[in-house]
Amino acid sequence: MSVSAASVTRFDPLRLLRRIHPAYFALVVLLGIVTIYNPSFLTPTGIMNFLRRAAPLCIVSIGEMFVLVSGGFDLSLGSLITLTVMGSALMINNDPGLTWGAIAAVYAIGMASGLFNGLVVSYLKVPSIIVTLGALLSLKGIALAWSGGSPQGYLPDNFRQFGRMTLTDIPVLQVLPVAVIVLVIAVALCAWVFHGTTFGRLVLITGDNPRAAEVAGARVRGIRIVAFIISALSAVTAGILLGGFAGPAQDVGDGYELQAIAANVLGGTQLLGGRGSVAGVVAGALTLTALFMVLNFMGLPKPLRDAVQGAILVIAVAYSVRRRKWG
Amino acid sequence: MRGRSVLIGMALSFLAGSALSQNFDDPAEFKHQRELLQMKAEGPAGKPWEQHLGGGTVNTAKYKKAGPYKLCFSNAGVGNPWRVVGWTTMQAEVDVQKADIAKFTVADAEGKDDKQISDIKALLSSGNCDILIVSPNTTAALTPAVEEACKKIPVITFDRGTTSKCPVTHIVPIGGYAFGIVGAEYIAKNVPKGGKVIALRILPGVDVLETRWSAAKHIFAEKGIKVLGGEHNGDFTDGDRAKTKSIVADYIAKYGQIDGVWMDAGATSTAALEAFEDAGLKYPVINGEDQQDFLQAWKKNKLKAIAPTYPTYQWRTAIIAAVKVLKGEAVPGPVWELPDPAITDANLDKFVSDKLPPLHYAMCGCEGMPGYPERWGVKK
Repeated sequence: MSVSAASVTRFDPLRLLRRIHPAYFALVVLLGIVTIYNPSFLTPTGIMNFLRRAAPLCIVSIGEMFVLVSGGFDLSLGSLITLTVMGSALMINNDPGLTWGAIAAVYAIGMASGLFNGLVVSYLKVPSIIVTLGALLSLKGIALAWSGGSPQGYLPDNFRQFGRMTLTDIPVLQVLPVAVIVLVIAVALCAWVFHGTTFGRLVLITGDNPRAAEVAGARVRGIRIVAFIISALSAVTAGILLGGFAGPAQDVGDGYELQAIAANVLGGTQLLGGRGSVAGVVAGALTLTALFMVLNFMGLPKPLRDAVQGAILVIAVAYSVRRRKWG
Repeated sequence: MRGRSVLIGMALSFLAGSALSQNFDDPAEFKHQRELLQMKAEGPAGKPWEQHLGGGTVNTAKYKKAGPYKLCFSNAGVGNPWRVVGWTTMQAEVDVQKADIAKFTVADAEGKDDKQISDIKALLSSGNCDILIVSPNTTAALTPAVEEACKKIPVITFDRGTTSKCPVTHIVPIGGYAFGIVGAEYIAKNVPKGGKVIALRILPGVDVLETRWSAAKHIFAEKGIKVLGGEHNGDFTDGDRAKTKSIVADYIAKYGQIDGVWMDAGATSTAALEAFEDAGLKYPVINGEDQQDFLQAWKKNKLKAIAPTYPTYQWRTAIIAAVKVLKGEAVPGPVWELPDPAITDANLDKFVSDKLPPLHYAMCGCEGMPGYPERWGVKK
């Protein structure tokens, strides 16, 4: 019996490279371009500011991932962000003592929104894209009706610290924005839930093959509801960061849900469920943020900027999908 | 063959489209508005919403009717804080004149041309209108509807206006070129020679905003100031605070200290200022607008700033004009040019207030009106 030489596996660097998801390559390339425009980007301060800016999108994308992996879509996140920011400004109304109460209240609103979405999807069997589209409209309407059309009230500093404050004189990192701390906690928590608990495994199974999951005993309806609640809570957190960063505005959340879905697809999440990873989604969100920065630096007029952004997204998504077919 | 003809067709329609698109760089209008800025207003002192800058008068004797009157108003919408303040102010003015006004009917077009056209038709056919006030959503689209309305009842337009000459009068503060001139001249005067200036704009293609930028470009060219980045087209912020802050932060990262910031509207001015705070740099020379959050930041940080305005008190003037027309009193026209005051260090204290909401527009003429300040958002 001779051992054929062909059965010995050779070390193939190309194959190794192909196994790394393209989102990471795109991220490295874009960060490189940003550094060309702004050499101070690769300093600890530059990186920390970049992470602070990307934090809201990262957090929303991870929340959206739970819903996407479970087989649904959540289009209501942008409006929930707007409601969070406008609602906080109205409830706090310049009184810093009310900040924590307002934060608790917006989390409660988020939980109610996620619960509502989940119940309608699971029990009334309405497709999630329709339910959350309705939620997108109603939440935005509530935010505008409540505030009378324009932001009322300011957000005091103890609320804005989450989005805006930066701790200085930290060894090695030099500066540490509070938003980055929130980001790290959120990412760690979600990564543990998704990759390290049974619940995370169940979300994957529910998205991959809901019928099989149900037959195998998984409580599919409950899992979907929890996924919507997680995504809503992530939107509220992102809203607190965004409101803190720039102050109240009536269109603060616009477009976030679509950016979150784009970040997910860039990061390898399978639309309609079954596959995803927190690290990939974070890479996707960072890539999108870097892309926006590059377009800012290039100084393109807005319509051209939108066209470039759309084209890059389509190419990236198409490549991701094809890659799965080859791999 | 078909592919090529499609391409040619597209190219031709693109050219045709750009030829038909409005001209936002009218040197005659620019010169006219620059002159109006210097002119002294005529009318009751201390009430700029009743004053006018030059222009003629319209005899309205033929519209005279017995009161009290039924006013109708077709509102383009309340989709931004400026319009919200204007609308609130208008309602307060109706209260002031309630002896003369029997009924005030409003149709809100929610920012849609087609809805506004059908609103106007509905108002006309209801028979409940002695006079129609229109704040058009877009200029060209609403012109036919206004012309139709003119045939039945007197019409007054304000804010954006139409290309029609049939309204009794069109009320408007000096205009976009004036706004751009005031901000740009202040920045040009106060920025050191060779200083770095950036221009932030909301979005392209809106006439009131495009004329502001066009005027600023002229002034900057005149004074030899080069605007950074954006291919001399400015940077578009979509009126979003976070985006504004990020764009300014990116400029600071690329160029260091920026000396001047020109903005075509003031709603995101405080976001731009915060980018400087976060970077630990000193504040630039900046123009905002009469929003309270900008005025408060100005006072608190002793900024080098100016606030050109597009006064919301024009919403008061519309009601005042409507009642005058129906009483047969003469009104300034065919264009009633309202004064366009700017807020400077000299009169800042008169307008800044800690109580009013951040996006309250101070130049509303609302102090002393019924319900002030609660009606404008101050909680008791």
